[in-house]
Amino acid sequence: MSERVPVRVVVNGEVHESAVEPRRLLVHLLRDDIGLTGTHVGCDTTNCGACTVHLDGEAVKSCTVLAVQADGGEVTTVEGLSGPDGGLHPMQEAFWEHHGLQCGYCTPGMIMAGVDLLTRNADPSETDVRHALEGNLCRCTGYQNIVKAIQSAAQAGRGAEVSA
Amino acid sequence: MSVTEQPGTRGEGWVGQAIRRKEDPPLIRGQGNYVDDMTLPGMLHAAIVRSPEAHATITSIDKAGAEEHPSVVAVLTGEDLAADLAGPIPMVWSPPGVEIKTPEHWPLARGEVKHVGQAVAVVVGSDRYAVVDAAEEVIVEYEPLPAVVDPEKALEDGSSLVWDGFGTNQSHEWSIAGGDAEGALRDAEVIVERRVVNHRTAGAPIEPRSSIGDPRGDGVTLYSSTQIPHIARFVLSGMLGMAEDKIRVVAPDVGGGFGAKLQVYGEEALVTALARRLGRPVKWTETRSEHMTTSHHGRDQIAYVTLGADREGKITAWKVRHVCDFGAYFQILTPFIPELGFPVAGGCYAIPNMKLDFVGVFTNKFATDAVRGAGRPEQTHMVEVMMDQLADEIGISPVEVRRRNFIAKEQFPYETPFGIVYDSGDYHGSLDKLLEHVDMDEFRREQADLREKGVYRGIGLSTYVEVCGLAPSRAVGPQGVGLQAAFWESAVVRVHPAGSATVYTGTSPHGQGHDTGFAQIAADRLGLDPANVEVLHGDTDQGPMGWGTYGSRSLAVGGESVGRAALKVQEKAKRICAAMLEAAPEDIELTDGKFQVRGSPDKAMTMVEIAGAAHIPPQELPTDIEPGLEETSFYDPENFVFPFGAHACVVDVDAETGKVEVVRWVAVDDCGPAINPMLIDGQVHGGVTHGIGQALYEQIVYDDEGQLVTGSFVDYALPTASEVPMFETDRTETPSPVNQLGVKGVGEAGTIAASPAVVNAVTDALKPLGITYMNMPLTPMRVWQAIEEARGRDGGGPARTEQGRDVGEHGQGAAGSGPTSPGEGGAP
Repeated sequence: MSERVPVRVVVNGEVHESAVEPRRLLVHLLRDDIGLTGTHVGCDTTNCGACTVHLDGEAVKSCTVLAVQADGGEVTTVEGLSGPDGGLHPMQEAFWEHHGLQCGYCTPGMIMAGVDLLTRNADPSETDVRHALEGNLCRCTGYQNIVKAIQSAAQAGRGAEVSA
Repeated sequence: MSVTEQPGTRGEGWVGQAIRRKEDPPLIRGQGNYVDDMTLPGMLHAAIVRSPEAHATITSIDKAGAEEHPSVVAVLTGEDLAADLAGPIPMVWSPPGVEIKTPEHWPLARGEVKHVGQAVAVVVGSDRYAVVDAAEEVIVEYEPLPAVVDPEKALEDGSSLVWDGFGTNQSHEWSIAGGDAEGALRDAEVIVERRVVNHRTAGAPIEPRSSIGDPRGDGVTLYSSTQIPHIARFVLSGMLGMAEDKIRVVAPDVGGGFGAKLQVYGEEALVTALARRLGRPVKWTETRSEHMTTSHHGRDQIAYVTLGADREGKITAWKVRHVCDFGAYFQILTPFIPELGFPVAGGCYAIPNMKLDFVGVFTNKFATDAVRGAGRPEQTHMVEVMMDQLADEIGISPVEVRRRNFIAKEQFPYETPFGIVYDSGDYHGSLDKLLEHVDMDEFRREQADLREKGVYRGIGLSTYVEVCGLAPSRAVGPQGVGLQAAFWESAVVRVHPAGSATVYTGTSPHGQGHDTGFAQIAADRLGLDPANVEVLHGDTDQGPMGWGTYGSRSLAVGGESVGRAALKVQEKAKRICAAMLEAAPEDIELTDGKFQVRGSPDKAMTMVEIAGAAHIPPQELPTDIEPGLEETSFYDPENFVFPFGAHACVVDVDAETGKVEVVRWVAVDDCGPAINPMLIDGQVHGGVTHGIGQALYEQIVYDDEGQLVTGSFVDYALPTASEVPMFETDRTETPSPVNQLGVKGVGEAGTIAASPAVVNAVTDALKPLGITYMNMPLTPMRVWQAIEEARGRDGGGPARTEQGRDVGEHGQGAAGSGPTSPGEGGAP
């Protein structure tokens, strides 16, 4: 497994060039190589969604995307949501305001899934939100305040913005 | 309804406010610091070679292929590491007068394996991917032995044995009795018997376990995703043969626990020993598959329940024989967990005669231990399900049967037949409040209308009482229940020279919100804003010994300790203030953030001014007042606390597919005066969802060969956002007389309450089809089978069905079918 291939990815607006094994997962490129540990790993099977990031504007589970598949692409992670001044993204603010997190481990994935939903549906119903979150597991919150947070961000009207 | 009166404790009013959490900003920015996020200089990675056999003798281990791998530093077996470990993984329950057969349990197997996934060897190297590759090159030869899977068959004569040396698969039997259950059953007018199965589940926090051993001089630091850093140090001291002062354990951000991290695992000792042996940091992070295989499971008991009552529905006797499947080895509390429920056996009902027997059984599975609720969900489930069974038997409503048996408000403190004293309660009050939200008459009309349309809707109640706030050390310690431990809690409150404060707690949160709630408690007592009170935890080098976070103990024991330490600081602040203002200390009161002379509001000092004087003493300050402004509290409660409440669950059952949908949930909980109601609601939402998960979806399943069928989130189905409704929550507030805050725990209450409410609701929905009883998990398959079975009966009346006996109730058989594929959703 020593063969390495070059990969160029723009992550949160910054260019990252490296040589990786073809089997290397995007999540490990982000966490271990680039040092963006806000994207988490919670399962081996693409069920939990803790690793959700945006690749070229769409939510993906970065544990199921090879780094080489992201070559030439643009990735946004939870660290890239805050504005250049460090201000919270409306979705982050909504999660804080509505107690949408407890242990915080699923939270980056939930936030990225929430932002992704609002790019596709600016005014989701409760059912829409719940359906959109079926690929993101939370063991702490019972989902209630996550759903409220995403609907609140939608009502604020800016929940779909990605500042990076 | 109020916090126990203490001088000055309510002046600021932060307690009771739903302020948003102090811990959130880094977590929502992706700046948390979980163990797997940490990379230390020179750090190595470990991968573990695990047994594919449930029961086997190891005949050979060939490490050569792995050792040749370029980035591998070491490949070690149990024998190789024998000299690095001074002791095995301990089990700490030694009940007086009862012998518990306890297998020797090492982090790596020595000559034999007793369950699938048992660690056999460890590969250490410089690259996370490479060590996994190399682990596959370790060739282990096994001689398979018969696997013991069914705990009841394991107790039969002639069963294969998990441990030949014990000559039996029974680990122990523990009994407790109060009154005369047998006599009362002989005299009972009504007897109801059921076999209540509480199946095996997983804690399944979303953060898998992760540990890093980091050598430092002649000592070592363990960074670990644990609920119990101080206990881990205590245990590791014995396992490694090192004095505690040489060991530091740090629990940084921990991504949920649910009991699964209330443990000291072999891997934690392993990375620590490896770090010492290799002189470099060593990290191991479990995969989800490893979590399902070798992070401890929970529940897994079969209860034979016999209830005696009179014709009015008043319960006179309660007798239970529990068969508890412990797996092959014990973890730290394994055989104690079922018994932990005994204080609330009988629930919130005045039952004069009770007897419980617990029989522990070894099987070739991984250990069970604490999972959210730990013994109390099992007791609560059986009593709440039995209340509905009794109601049916004598033809009264589930509401009425409960009211006829509740311990009355005037009876508190109430002593149970087992000598347990319930501190305070108002069970009629919480049920009454629930029924303000749920109009039962209206529901029955709606239910009847829907049945006309072919919709099977049902309602289930659960009126629970929980025991928590572990605990009075003498009651649960060596001469009490027999745990070789204590359960007091510590706090340090330190006010800094410029007037902000740091609080150290011996509890160790992993999502509960201690940083916020404990800051509110301290702030009120210090005259500060919670924003200026930092709460630290989870580092054995930072504050005094504490006992961690589990058993809904953190607030009632740890929070109380914070309150007491802060009051000590307040008292000293008053003495300083009095000296500076030339007043008597007893005339100083804390009001509106100021320490002021009673009756002279213009004579006052703020905490900032007092802290300055405490640290840089002016001439006016007498020399008999020690410098500094810091106090420590060690608090050992005099009793447990007993939260309670009433929940209602409404379900729709699809009679064609067996699918159950939870359409409404109303929860009325009482955990005493709220510190932060937002945090309480969050705990209830998550706790109930956990209980719904067990009732409908989640099950750890082993097949007849002891192979784990549910080894990932594909097969082990956690509830998703689509499987739960918006929960309607309300509270009553009955203070506990046990602590000054008046508080009780709430972290497990929802889980304890939930599963019987679901089962009672499904049973209620399906009564028209002749179904009167079912065991969890109520998967579509099981419900469908029950419906088919009932339809197949020849009009023989409502038999006492025990559907599902063939489907996975011993933790073997078909995998629990879950909700829609959790992989669906917003991301590919």
